Amino acid sequence: MKQKDQALIFEMSKPGRRGGSLPENDVPDVNVEELLPADYVRQEEPELPEVSELQLVRHYTALSKRNFGIDSGFYPLGSCTMKYNPKINEVIARLPGLAHLHPYQPEPQVQGALRLMHELQASLAEITGMQEVTLQSAAGAHGEWTGLMMIRALHEANGETQRTKVIVPDSAHGTNPASAGVAGFDPVTVKTDERGLVDMDHLKEVTGEDTAALMLTNPNTLGLFEEDIVEMAEIIHNAGGKLYYDGANSNAIMGKATPGDMGFDVVHMNLHKTFTGPHGGGGPGSGPVGVKEELVPYLPRPLLVKDGEQYKWDYHRPDAIGRIKPFYGNFGINMRAYAYMRSMGSQGLHQVSENAVLNANYLRKRLEPYYDIPYPQYCKHEFVLSAKRQKKLGVRALDIAKRLLDYGFHPPTIYFPLNVEECMMVEPTETETKETLDDFADAMIAIAKEAEEDPDLVLEAPHETVISRLDETKAARQPVLRYQEQ
Amino acid sequence: MASPKELMYSEEHEWVKDEGEKLRIGITAFAQDELGDIVFVELPEVGDQLEVNEPFGSVESVKTVSELYAPVSGKVVEINEELEDSPEFVNESPYEKAWMVVVEPSDKAELDDLMSAEAYDEMTDED
Repeated sequence: MKQKDQALIFEMSKPGRRGGSLPENDVPDVNVEELLPADYVRQEEPELPEVSELQLVRHYTALSKRNFGIDSGFYPLGSCTMKYNPKINEVIARLPGLAHLHPYQPEPQVQGALRLMHELQASLAEITGMQEVTLQSAAGAHGEWTGLMMIRALHEANGETQRTKVIVPDSAHGTNPASAGVAGFDPVTVKTDERGLVDMDHLKEVTGEDTAALMLTNPNTLGLFEEDIVEMAEIIHNAGGKLYYDGANSNAIMGKATPGDMGFDVVHMNLHKTFTGPHGGGGPGSGPVGVKEELVPYLPRPLLVKDGEQYKWDYHRPDAIGRIKPFYGNFGINMRAYAYMRSMGSQGLHQVSENAVLNANYLRKRLEPYYDIPYPQYCKHEFVLSAKRQKKLGVRALDIAKRLLDYGFHPPTIYFPLNVEECMMVEPTETETKETLDDFADAMIAIAKEAEEDPDLVLEAPHETVISRLDETKAARQPVLRYQEQ
Repeated sequence: MASPKELMYSEEHEWVKDEGEKLRIGITAFAQDELGDIVFVELPEVGDQLEVNEPFGSVESVKTVSELYAPVSGKVVEINEELEDSPEFVNESPYEKAWMVVVEPSDKAELDDLMSAEAYDEMTDED
């Protein structure tokens, strides 16, 4: 049965209806107007919905059933690593000894928690090949900014203030140039060549004395491993720049290739992607940053360190870029990542990367006869396809994405990366079974056929959802941002 | 659809109209079709200096944000303020109502690097 559209809670309101009753006022009444300046006292009643408790419960329960999450279905959002978040993570993070801690508790009382965080730092340092890791940064882009601020501090300490440019390939995550801008650098785009990899000649051209850093996602957003990485590192290092690794795509290489060995100086990781923190609405995120020795002095203050058998906060860090977040990162998410790593073990994490790559290549191969695959070589954890062929029939990537909803799948990332026409970026992750991958491939193949035989079916999709195609243009041009009484 | 013959075109899909002392600039019909429904246009301010091949603004559609690259260097002397309230002009009338900026070129020789309508149509046909 197709669900009915849900009225807004405001539309259900009936004057005088109440969801609870307050006790008699047992403190003296005061006149608000005597306490506050007239300007601050509202003259009209607020437009609050008046509903019964049961109406309220049913309303939000109905809305919650509309949520689509990884627990309800396949969610192949490219570069987002929407993988299953094991429930044991929740059990561990909710242990009273962790969940009920106060961030200002004295060090001697929280040695256990500090130890877990320190072990997490050490594990991340090992996986990335970095010297030291901070867990402070709250998510990926925050980690990028933190890393760039450290690179900036290093160049400034060396008197190299002319290093104002950060090189970012056009296949990088959109946050990279944005973070560079926020950190006070000028982002410079380096092109992708016909292989889908960084154009080495162009890289040489744009690298120079003003280069502060190269930010690289490896594998890149086309899902391709940047195989010239060692040469790239040489070019950047010889020019005096630093190499920044965007770890959002770590799920492809974890345990197999180490950013530190590739020549990277700074790395951030997304614990809410690779290490199964809840992701998307269920956040928050966590974006720890690791650095090589040269950059350790600039890590944000305080740094969690081990002194003999004791764990403590090191505040005496005169060169640190400062504090970047209250307390020490998103502790609960970090505990989930810790639980994940310990339950998987080193062997398990290796297997994760292998299966993530296998699943992506399997899907890519199954879809190859029906969609344009602009880069046909083996991919890593994700791949891009182009709806170029379907576009000739009038069906675009957006329409295919909408039609996927009818088949019960969350659509992949679309129109990114920007350098692929009618792009769809698919990341299945390692946690899906072959059956699910096949169901998704069957749906995509069916849609490709529909585009040929009955394009209107795709163009008018979705048909099975509560609300069909929304007017996205009108929503963007004339947004209605709050309820207004009709 | 053939592009207007009297205009010149850049590889980044801007058109340039030579008005003697000044040049009028906008984006092509091909570009707006690729972008889809335009919902916001961000333009420079009058008096800003444009550098050839450097971004000078952006166009946001329902699917992406795309930078505008200056086809020539020069000083902005006029911007199309109507686009702020009516970004749909870019879709409806890319060569007329949706001109974006007028510049005083600093070096008109830069126009030699632009394409004719035929060359531009050929380039966009390949894709």
